[in-house]
Amino acid sequence: MAGCGNTEEVKKEDKPATEQAEQATKEVDLSSELSAYQQFALEQMDQFLLDTEKFVNLFKAGDIEGAKAAYAPARMYFERSEPIAESFGDLDPRIDGRLADIQEEGKGEEEWSGYHKLEYALWEENTTKGYEAVADQLLADAKELHALVQTVEVTPDLMITGAVDLLNEVSTSKITGEEEIYSHTDLYDFKANIEGAEKIFEILRSKLEAKDSTLVATLDEKFKAVDDLLAQHTTADGGYISYEELTEENTKALAAAVNQLGEPLSQMGIILE
Amino acid sequence: MTTSNEEKFINKKISRRDMLKLTGIGMAGVAIGASGLGGVMKAMGYDVFEPVADSTTASNKVNFYGKHQSGIVTPVQTNIYFASLDVLVTSKKELQALFQQWTPLVVRLMNGEVMVDVSTNTRVPTGDTGEAEGLDASNLSITIGVGPSLFDKLGIQHLKPAELKDLPHFPKDQLQKEYTGGDLCIQACADDPQVAFHAVRNLVRAASGKVEIKWSQAGFNSFPASGGTPRNLFAFKDGTVNPAITDEKDLNEVVWVDKGWLKGGSYLIARKVQMHLETWDRTSLKDQEATFGRYRDSGAPFGKTKEFDDFDVEAKDDKGNYIMPDTSHVHLARKSGARILRRSYSYASGVMSNTGTHDAGLIFISFQKDPAQFTTIQNSLGRMDKMNEYITHRGSAVFACFPGVQKGSYLGEALFNAL
Repeated sequence: MAGCGNTEEVKKEDKPATEQAEQATKEVDLSSELSAYQQFALEQMDQFLLDTEKFVNLFKAGDIEGAKAAYAPARMYFERSEPIAESFGDLDPRIDGRLADIQEEGKGEEEWSGYHKLEYALWEENTTKGYEAVADQLLADAKELHALVQTVEVTPDLMITGAVDLLNEVSTSKITGEEEIYSHTDLYDFKANIEGAEKIFEILRSKLEAKDSTLVATLDEKFKAVDDLLAQHTTADGGYISYEELTEENTKALAAAVNQLGEPLSQMGIILE
Repeated sequence: MTTSNEEKFINKKISRRDMLKLTGIGMAGVAIGASGLGGVMKAMGYDVFEPVADSTTASNKVNFYGKHQSGIVTPVQTNIYFASLDVLVTSKKELQALFQQWTPLVVRLMNGEVMVDVSTNTRVPTGDTGEAEGLDASNLSITIGVGPSLFDKLGIQHLKPAELKDLPHFPKDQLQKEYTGGDLCIQACADDPQVAFHAVRNLVRAASGKVEIKWSQAGFNSFPASGGTPRNLFAFKDGTVNPAITDEKDLNEVVWVDKGWLKGGSYLIARKVQMHLETWDRTSLKDQEATFGRYRDSGAPFGKTKEFDDFDVEAKDDKGNYIMPDTSHVHLARKSGARILRRSYSYASGVMSNTGTHDAGLIFISFQKDPAQFTTIQNSLGRMDKMNEYITHRGSAVFACFPGVQKGSYLGEALFNAL
């Protein structure tokens, strides 16, 4: 066997891996990166609250078309900062829960709230009537989330795991059209998730560059590949076409590009070594 | 290759079961799996091309290095995971780098080693996906080949052997593009399904961004305790007329390519053949046997008593009827005069969504020195084959499998030297 007797490696493996990782983390100073990401997340949450308020106002005024137009863009702020936004137990399902998620937990439809319930009202029922209380609750929940996010502590793990989680979100629900089953605005969420991951990469870029410049070049290339594919599905007003208009070839190409991005992205943890 | 376990056991002509027992005893069960000694890979890229040797201590190990790739004349294992891939690389250089990267990983997998990640950083995924940990080499063989589309994609048509082209349309083919074609193939066979799958999964993962999986199929074979040819899902023995994997002369005639960069390699044909089990199961034994031209129990050809008895397809009975019906599968195949090395596996992959019947059949795999050998047989079967009533060909692919690798070289080197 080639590579036998590399005593350095053998010694290293004698220590428990977690202990070594902890030691390694202490040596890496990511404080400026962590605060840069915190600032980004807070800005996103500011915008999310503002746009949610706008959406809720349109909804409550009975402006169906206006509310529909505001729906997907408002959600993008949430999707971009999902690693942070979803870190508060109950709030994430209350704001972003799908009926299928609620039912999976053995809960009834009456416990369903948030954006997707209003999505159902707008696209399936074509009404706002009877959903005013849900809209009020969404705004209250968005305010609560906004307040809680101010206290969040960003850790290296949150950033690095978060970037991969954002891609996993895309791979498991956005690419299948299972996130926005009434409005079919999945590509907005898709784009926002990718932007969220790309932001983390950008913040970590110089640290990564110092460790492995090939990885940085690969990530640049793979992010571009995903962005270019998404750009093929934009509309004249800068939005995205309906998920239903995508062919199987389209979704397959998007899924493959995301997977090819995910594999190198999962290596960003090397900066903690 | 003369010292490989593979050949030693072949020469002894012992049953597969005995072979498994012997290897277990002889090798003293040295566990090398998770030792971490094979760690020469870079933490993430696997992009270091360093030769790795065939382990001399691993249990149930098939050797990688030799005149031919493993998985062709290797004794048939119980499981296959076959994958057809498309390449994403666009240059010859990148393709060469891919095979250089894969070569040591293939050896390591066939040694039953985990593709150890030298990194102890738990903040990144591990270099090996880990599900083969604690399992031995399980006689894993890995066979890699290139499809006709690869040469077109990379603009190296001048090196595409004339024989390497998509198969023609055959009567009753119902090919679906999701099981057809591919730029590359990885045939992983092992005596453990998870070892076979692990090999494909990790090779594809290590080549992320360079290849993508196009279609794949898992399959199985079961061997009677008394030895002998395995049965397919129609319960008939499959592979009886194969050339003996010890008969070098015969193999040179049937299997090994003898010219060009593919010298020492072989053409692999993969066909996904759905078998309509419900229809078959309501067919009388007499009709089933007439479909094959063999007796189900013994595997003997009609008019004979033993599986390997030779027969004359033209022989007729007193009344002037063919002893072996002229619409039977074996009659038509034999009449074509062509021969191939069959290495097929059965599959059962759930339920057909449109009919509610079993989605089961044969992942037919054959090796031959020229795909025309297969085409000749398939054309002879044509519309006449009584078997057509019970099967549908759903997928098809042809690959030129590289010759074997010598230590210090890499998979496909002769092709790149010819560029």
